[in-house]
Amino acid sequence: MAEPALSIRGLTKVYGNGFHALKGIDLDVQQGDFFALLGPNGAGKSTTLGVVCSLVQKSAGKVSVFGIDIDKDFAHAKYNLGVVPQEFNFNQFEKVEDIILAQAGYYGMSHREAKPRAAKLLKDLGLWDKRDGSARALSGGMKRRLMIARALIHRPKLLILDEPTAGVDIELRRSMWDYMRRINREEGTTIILTTHYLEEAESLCRNIAIINNGEIVKNTSVRELLGQLNTETFLLDLAEQVNEVPTLEDFQIEKVDSSQLAVSVKRGQRLNDVFQQLSDKGLTVVSMRNRANRLEEMFVSMVEESNAEAAK
Amino acid sequence: MNPMQIAVALWTLVGKEVRRFTRIWPQTLLPPSITMTMYFIIFGNLIGSRIGEMDGYDYMDFIVPGLIMMAVITNSYSNVASSFFSNKFQRSIEEMMVSPMPNWVILSGFILGGMARGLGVGIIVTGVSLFFTRIEVAHPVLTVLVVVLTAALFAAGGFINALLGKKFDDISIVPTFILTPLTYLGGVFYSISLLPEFWQGVSMLNPILYMVNVFRYGFLGVSDIPVGWALAAICAFITVLFAIALWMLERGKGIRS
Repeated sequence: MAEPALSIRGLTKVYGNGFHALKGIDLDVQQGDFFALLGPNGAGKSTTLGVVCSLVQKSAGKVSVFGIDIDKDFAHAKYNLGVVPQEFNFNQFEKVEDIILAQAGYYGMSHREAKPRAAKLLKDLGLWDKRDGSARALSGGMKRRLMIARALIHRPKLLILDEPTAGVDIELRRSMWDYMRRINREEGTTIILTTHYLEEAESLCRNIAIINNGEIVKNTSVRELLGQLNTETFLLDLAEQVNEVPTLEDFQIEKVDSSQLAVSVKRGQRLNDVFQQLSDKGLTVVSMRNRANRLEEMFVSMVEESNAEAAK
Repeated sequence: MNPMQIAVALWTLVGKEVRRFTRIWPQTLLPPSITMTMYFIIFGNLIGSRIGEMDGYDYMDFIVPGLIMMAVITNSYSNVASSFFSNKFQRSIEEMMVSPMPNWVILSGFILGGMARGLGVGIIVTGVSLFFTRIEVAHPVLTVLVVVLTAALFAAGGFINALLGKKFDDISIVPTFILTPLTYLGGVFYSISLLPEFWQGVSMLNPILYMVNVFRYGFLGVSDIPVGWALAAICAFITVLFAIALWMLERGKGIRS
């Protein structure tokens, strides 16, 4: 079996103030995966990725990138890594193209090789018209795309994206998702993503790890995780107005407003039974949706469980 | 990284540094030129003509090497201090930290960038001085060697200052309270032979005195102190500061949590 793109064993980080940010975490991300690392603020996501990218010094543990131990040959490991951090971390006064070309230079790429590669990335990410302008003139979304172009200039095999779509509008977010899917599918780039948008993780990622209080709470596939969901709540929009909550056999139901109901459906129950019973009562469902993102429900319950465990 | 990749990385960083200070030339190249022109007019021309000779040389000729050296020292130092600190502040230093570029290349790149500005300003000041006096260089090779080594030394000092600095104020404290007094008391405007014996001894503890004197020796062929000893001291200082800066970078001091 091929070496994992990222292998972490017993990773511990204790900051100078005594805060245990990571408490010996183990994590494997396989080659070609689209992987989500989720967790509430301060859970340890950025610290974990910071150690992998050499921005944070680990206190203990072992990290390997495509089988290369970062303690033995970090420079070699870094060739395989592309990093898009949470905060903007480029010189705002430099020209857009210069930022990307300088990054190529830091990886030892000649100008002749870097120039067409930079042009392709700038075009792919919709920044070509802005290439000669100062980076500070870019919108927030464009700055994020600039960091993606910069991270990809040296053709990394593992791309790390720390909240890449934070503060990005929906349309742009969708186009960034498409781009990330494309490089994962067509170029085989392994992608690790942290995000607060659970919809993003559910839509993009195949595997997932949930981290809380410096520990991995769950590490599994998105499909398996969603399979563990015991109850889903659906919002049903009705054609008719209702004054009282209709009673449904075996289903918990509540009124949201005069034309919307919320129905809880347990695993094994059938939605058809809901529609049938409402239809028998003369009510017509015109549309429906999940009350919360399914992954969000799992995420919240797991983090709550983990917090309760930690409080014992 | 192989040697070719290292050369590309170093060239990229130095080029970026040179582009930075040339892009903002009204802040980096113009002010020292104007300041030094004032020194030449006031101390060299107006007051200097009444002072007469210093160590057997016309006062203007005496202060020219010192003023060039002063410009090189302050500009080499402040270029690296402000550029590296600004990279820290904007977090663009992370661009270098995530790359495979070795720490010694990062350090060398910033030092070479600082030297480029220091020496560039030195050349401008030398050009300005030609309006006031005729320059003759007694020992050209020594003159160039000393000014290059001095630029490297203070660029390394500026790097350490920027690594330790936590706010912008921290990078102006050393130039204001240490560098400027040491430069003014380093024999730029006078020969230490004018001082009482005790203060001559105190002056010998000032490293800038050695650089100014050796540089002046290169120009005029006259120095207050032994030239070989001074060169050795400069080389020793460079080695120590480079080693400290590299050690701090390896440990991630000031840049890695």
